[in-house]
Amino acid sequence: MLDSKVPAGPLAEKWSNHKFNLKLVNPANKRKFTIIVVGTGLAGASAAASLAELGYNVKTFCYQDSPRRAHSIAAQGGINAAKNYQNDGDSIFRLFYDTIKGGDYRAREANVYRLAENSVKIIDQCVAQGVPFAREYGGLLDNRSFGGAQVSRTFYARGQTGQQLLLGAYSALNRQIKKGKVKSYTRHEMLDLVVIDGHAKGIITRDLVTGKIEAHEGHAVLLCTGGYGNVFFLSTNAMGCNVTAAWRAHKRGAFFANPCYTQIHPTCIPVTGDHQSKLTLMSESLRNDGRVWVPKTKELAEKLRKGELGPNDIKEEDRDYFLERKYPSFGNLVPRDVASRNAKEVVDEGRGVGKTGFAVFLDFADAIKRMGEETVRAKYGNLFDMYQKITDENPYEVPMRIYPAVHYTMGGLWVDYNLMTTIPGLYCLGEANFSDHGANRLGASALMQGLSDGYFVIPYTVGDYLAGLGSFAPVDKNHPAFEETRKNDRR
Amino acid sequence: MSVGTYTFRYSTLHTQFIIDMSKHMNLTLKVWRQKNQNSEGKFVTIQANNIADDMSFLEMLDVVNEDLTRKGEDPIYFDHDCREGICGMCSLVINGRPHGPNERTTTCQLHMRSFHDGQTIVIEPWRAAAFPVLKDLAVDRSAFDRIQQAGGYINVNTGGVPDANAIPIPKRIADEAFESATCIGCGACVAACKNASAMLFVSAKVSQFALLPQGQTERYERAQAMVDQMDKEGFGNCTNTGACEAECPVGIKLTNIARLNREYFTAKIFRQEDVHA
Ligand code: SF4
Ligand code: FES
Repeated sequence: MLDSKVPAGPLAEKWSNHKFNLKLVNPANKRKFTIIVVGTGLAGASAAASLAELGYNVKTFCYQDSPRRAHSIAAQGGINAAKNYQNDGDSIFRLFYDTIKGGDYRAREANVYRLAENSVKIIDQCVAQGVPFAREYGGLLDNRSFGGAQVSRTFYARGQTGQQLLLGAYSALNRQIKKGKVKSYTRHEMLDLVVIDGHAKGIITRDLVTGKIEAHEGHAVLLCTGGYGNVFFLSTNAMGCNVTAAWRAHKRGAFFANPCYTQIHPTCIPVTGDHQSKLTLMSESLRNDGRVWVPKTKELAEKLRKGELGPNDIKEEDRDYFLERKYPSFGNLVPRDVASRNAKEVVDEGRGVGKTGFAVFLDFADAIKRMGEETVRAKYGNLFDMYQKITDENPYEVPMRIYPAVHYTMGGLWVDYNLMTTIPGLYCLGEANFSDHGANRLGASALMQGLSDGYFVIPYTVGDYLAGLGSFAPVDKNHPAFEETRKNDRR
Repeated sequence: MSVGTYTFRYSTLHTQFIIDMSKHMNLTLKVWRQKNQNSEGKFVTIQANNIADDMSFLEMLDVVNEDLTRKGEDPIYFDHDCREGICGMCSLVINGRPHGPNERTTTCQLHMRSFHDGQTIVIEPWRAAAFPVLKDLAVDRSAFDRIQQAGGYINVNTGGVPDANAIPIPKRIADEAFESATCIGCGACVAACKNASAMLFVSAKVSQFALLPQGQTERYERAQAMVDQMDKEGFGNCTNTGACEAECPVGIKLTNIARLNREYFTAKIFRQEDVHA
């Protein structure tokens, strides 16, 4: 029943052929169409800016006070691209393969191949916008390897890559706002989707300042609203990421795929108590040098929890470096899901540490001995400072405590190859859709997907739908569906 | 927020670990309450009892709000989102200091252990003519967006750009541009300044692009457009007191302002053709 619309032909030619076969809207007609973009993170801001550049009228909506606050901003690690600048054997096919494998072979291959193809263009685009990526002394872009990849293909801006990429997309968006091609609605929350004759034709929003409930019409609606991590009680998502938009779209008939595919990130700062409002992630690069352990016995763990013993009182022979013990070849660098599962297991056995018992140690004592405190500080200083700010413990002296947390959702609204949901005219981009990461996302691929969808996929595919509408008439604002949907939301 | 649910879930399963592990304190809050943009605001005294020292400042306000809601009163409205110090949405002047007493720390990253039992805490919104109060502690910072819209970008369309490694950029320059680019757009610099100047914020963006080769083409127009917009929004003049740098949660430096001044005056003194000649 579902038609993915994946084009025929060899993997490497699908996207080029498809782009050629998609219908175009001629430049003079683009300005007759209005596109609604909900969410201004990497996917939303890049889509809105790119579509406005093409000539479409765009309306963007975000619940924050500025488009720049979207939670893409909090991504730390980096963004993958198959540039092969390091001459270490990377290629589009290898990035495709690693992504597919990382997702346990459950992602849609055609989408992932396209993602890997687009990855190289993303870096070019961001650099042209003035995104200050890390560089080597020779002035060329620096790369690091990430999440167990065998090649160095991750571009980064210290531990703030998401921030820099988002501010780049925000600047492109601002340029179009200035030109009058984008109208930006801030402090507006999407409450519902307006569907007319089976097609998405608008949204209902609440103005978070005045409380006013309003209807907005458009020829297509793009949901770029992020994942559903906050359906769990605590996650690393921002406080306002509440999945309303995707959920309401689902209630209106958009299919939802793979909701169980949730990424649990192993290196979060643990919960402290009932008052906790959200969790803070620390980059998993910490596992490059930190060693994960808990005491061998429940009794010792109990004493640690009660504060009768400190972590440094536990003798070497009483420590269980469980990842090193169980996975000698990977050690502490096992994939995210393995590290998370094992941490939970030892905690369930009663060997968890910290006041609450919901934590394992991440110990840098050996790294400090080996490299010296200064080197460790240079590498992880920011993260150590952040940890100390939150926990009031000095990780140079006592081991950090970490615990897994919900971080990213691979599942989402079902989309076809054009990123259209099962409701014609309703598209879904970035983390909010389900298509590119299978059962587990490769590190440094979230930013890549958001920007690929926004900069390089939707500008092609949305035109095909609009050209197929067969009319340039504005959406009828007075259609009863708007009032009906709006009424529905006065609850 | 369903803090109640959470308490139930956790404390039934793991009571022995969770309950009463932290130090607690009682505080007196003097909070700015204002119904909306058009009404007058005033300080209201609210008691915050049994606050754990490992709560964040905003979690303390969450708890106070739970209490107010239970009593049928209007919760205190404040801006926040990421709660990890990067989105720039949280604000608050706490005991006279934007983002509170700790250096290089946003309000959302501030923890209650920085306060003590019995303390009185005064909580106000950012105060600046260009940042009107919307409700209680939240202000309208859209002026910042408009300044960015005036010129905070490089004029490139999606696609058709050169290879990312086509222009090597010395690491020193790239690093410096990055430092300027880390501004989170919170507005603490404006709140800290006795003139409510937005120079630190504007200079951070102007500097990022003035340093990078990609930003050269429109370097001077950019400085001029952003400064003009800043003036139009009603931000005050910079008199070099340095309060902004002291309160900036990410450490944006005053040297950025010096660079902005150079850019701006170069733009003013010479006509564009002369500058590029
Ligand atoms: S310069 Fe600093 S204080 Fe001012 S907006 Fe930027 S981050 Fe906030
Ligand atoms: S809430 Fe995002 S910086 Fe404080």
